[in-house]
Amino acid sequence: MIPELGHFALACAVALAFAQGVVGIFGPSLRDARALYATPLLALSHFAAIGLAFLALVWSGVVSDFTVENIADFSSSAVPLLYRITGVWGNHDGSILLWCLILSLCGAAVAVAGGGLPASLRARVLGVLGLVSGGFLLFTLTVSNPFTRIWPPPLEGAGINPILQDPGLAFHPPVLYTGYVGFSVAFAFAIAALIEGRIDAAWGRWVRPWALISWCFLTGGIALGSWWSYYTLGWGGYWFWDPVENAALLPWLTGTALLHCAIVVEKRESLKAWTVLLAIATFSLSLSGTFLVRSGILNSVHSFAAAPDQGLFILALLGLTIGGSLLLFAIRAPVLAATGIYAPISRESALVLNNVFLCAIAAVVFTGTLYPPFANLLFGIQLSVGAPFFNQTVLPLTAPIILAMGVGPMLPWKRADLLPALHRLWLAGAAALLVFAVLTASRHVIAALGLAGGAWVVVSALTDLFRRRFSTLSRSALGAALGHIGFGVSVLGIAGMTLAVQKVVVLQPGQSTTLGGYTWTLQDIHDAPGPNYTQRVADIVLSEDGAPFLTLHPSRRFFAAQKVITNDAAIHTNGFQDIYAVFADEPATGGAELRLNRHPMAPEIWFGGLIMALGGFVSLSDRRLRVGAPARRRHKPEGVVA
Amino acid sequence: MSPLRRRLLFGIPLALAVAGGEAFYVILRRMQANNYDPHALPSPLLGKRPPAFALPGTNGMQGFANTDLAAPPKPMLVNWFASWCVPCLQEAPMLAKLAAEGLTIWGIAYEDDTQALAQFLQQNGNPYQRLATDAAGTTAINWGVYGVPETYFIDKTGIVRWRYAGALTDDVVARYLNPLLAKYS
Repeated sequence: MIPELGHFALACAVALAFAQGVVGIFGPSLRDARALYATPLLALSHFAAIGLAFLALVWSGVVSDFTVENIADFSSSAVPLLYRITGVWGNHDGSILLWCLILSLCGAAVAVAGGGLPASLRARVLGVLGLVSGGFLLFTLTVSNPFTRIWPPPLEGAGINPILQDPGLAFHPPVLYTGYVGFSVAFAFAIAALIEGRIDAAWGRWVRPWALISWCFLTGGIALGSWWSYYTLGWGGYWFWDPVENAALLPWLTGTALLHCAIVVEKRESLKAWTVLLAIATFSLSLSGTFLVRSGILNSVHSFAAAPDQGLFILALLGLTIGGSLLLFAIRAPVLAATGIYAPISRESALVLNNVFLCAIAAVVFTGTLYPPFANLLFGIQLSVGAPFFNQTVLPLTAPIILAMGVGPMLPWKRADLLPALHRLWLAGAAALLVFAVLTASRHVIAALGLAGGAWVVVSALTDLFRRRFSTLSRSALGAALGHIGFGVSVLGIAGMTLAVQKVVVLQPGQSTTLGGYTWTLQDIHDAPGPNYTQRVADIVLSEDGAPFLTLHPSRRFFAAQKVITNDAAIHTNGFQDIYAVFADEPATGGAELRLNRHPMAPEIWFGGLIMALGGFVSLSDRRLRVGAPARRRHKPEGVVA
Repeated sequence: MSPLRRRLLFGIPLALAVAGGEAFYVILRRMQANNYDPHALPSPLLGKRPPAFALPGTNGMQGFANTDLAAPPKPMLVNWFASWCVPCLQEAPMLAKLAAEGLTIWGIAYEDDTQALAQFLQQNGNPYQRLATDAAGTTAINWGVYGVPETYFIDKTGIVRWRYAGALTDDVVARYLNPLLAKYS
């Protein structure tokens, strides 16, 4: 019964979404006030309908309703409650429903918070969101329905993929999707502006908070995903340049560029067409990232196996959304003229530089990700593009960004002198040189360069904060500085990780080995119980100069239902270093095969991501940026034509 | 910039997207038609004979060398596996079925010990007509084995025509193996 209700709600949502699309896009040009009033209501009811459908699916998961194929295939009654809920979006069909839920939530947010927007702009924005949502809901309803029933129902479900049974992964998809899908609002604003043929400073001010909030979630989602792969997969790595990771990185890069150039539109009314193109590109990359990965074209460890016919449906949807918006861009954007002019050395130019390099990195990552399938198609050769390519191409492009990040915030708008700005940065420069000098002494040039770059970014952002004095500091400036500091901290972490040491050893209980200045002793191997797995735990004692200071308990978990063994890494962190141990195997000869790692600065990678997202939220709380200019709205009731 | 050039410039993103979309469309159509597999791993052995090796038998069965694969009477499979590998366990029923249908399958146990192997064969059946053991794993390196299980299709002239990394499933057999058997028998 409940799944049927969910199915029905899903069907209603499709109808409501298309109604929202048609009324929202064509209503304003008909000059029909009813259309302007109706669109926000349609957006809210569309959200309510998907919400109902989603709750129905979660309910089926909670009560283990195995007549629903999705639940029978990916859950079981032995799975703990939390994972019966989160497992709903741990598979292809459910995750697309979650995706649609967040998209409709964005629409509802614009409907509620967009009271200060011109009514026709709001209707058009909601209309664009409605059409996109309608397309993907139709996909869910027709070829990827999470409410498909099976009869007779199995007595027990197949169970969740053990690797997904983890709190990090439970919350990674919703956060990441919010980031992806949030850019739909910036996209809808861009399309609405193209339809209206007008972009001004106000438009820049309306778009920025939406782009910023999705950027915060995307940053958080990527950091969570990276952290998850670091501590669950047991490889001790945090970024693998896997197509799915690249798919998340691409909209992050263009979204970061969008954030920065929307400032130029807001302050200086320049770079309009470019900002619109970035808004379209960012959401297009989010869409492609979510869906091309599922089409089976890209080879990835994130296997959401999907049938090729689903792929064609998705491709048609992507073609309509991306192709349609770029066609509109080609027709309408040439009339958008810049009014502000600026000198080659100015804040604007620094932001253009930021955009050029961010987009260059995006282009490189895009090419590297898509080259293997395209090369196979065009030339019939099979190859894979791996981490070495990305490291060698992306790192050199990051260097100018790191340099410019320090100088840019010091420059005034319109016209600037480089020398006074550089003069203020003497401390940052000295810090970077010092770090570099200390580390080159120990002959790690790459690490030294990276750490010096990180120090440069962090110290220059701090200098900027102190220069402006805290009392007069706006929250958006504080947020921007925090964002830069966060990036610098991540750079420090990434650079520090190049100094990591690793060792694979087989130890018998009682034996020890040395690594990274510590003595690692395998004390014991024993069994321990678990909810739906059994596990073997190794007790490893670390000591320094003979004095034990830490015991780690890495384990091997055996999931009987799926016949899968996972390695649960034991990680001890002190904030500046991770000690990381994996119980890899029990060889036939007895003892334990252990992978031992010492990772200097590793926590800074995710800590930096957290600071970046936090900086975004601080900036978002700035009054000027708050959604929908509240000062004007207070005098009018909700939804009245402005 | 002249208005026309400005228009052309603004059309570039659309042109790129259309080209990309077209390529994805072709890839998806070819995936549907089964003549494109983005997940295939290239094998250096395709179109060649296996490199020289001679492996001893195990569990009372006869081993084999590359010369034994030079000209088999009919197309056959060489299956790399190990008793410690979970996908091999999942693959065992499919191998048993293929063997029962009359397909010749020779096995190579990869870095395995005799006793565990005996138990594995006892529990899952023995689909192999010959069974060699590569205890040191050096032959596997020469073959370019990516991981176990891995299956090689060898035609009547002793040339490797197909390599599949991963467990053989109904889908893989229907999609790849049956057409190969029809072509090379």
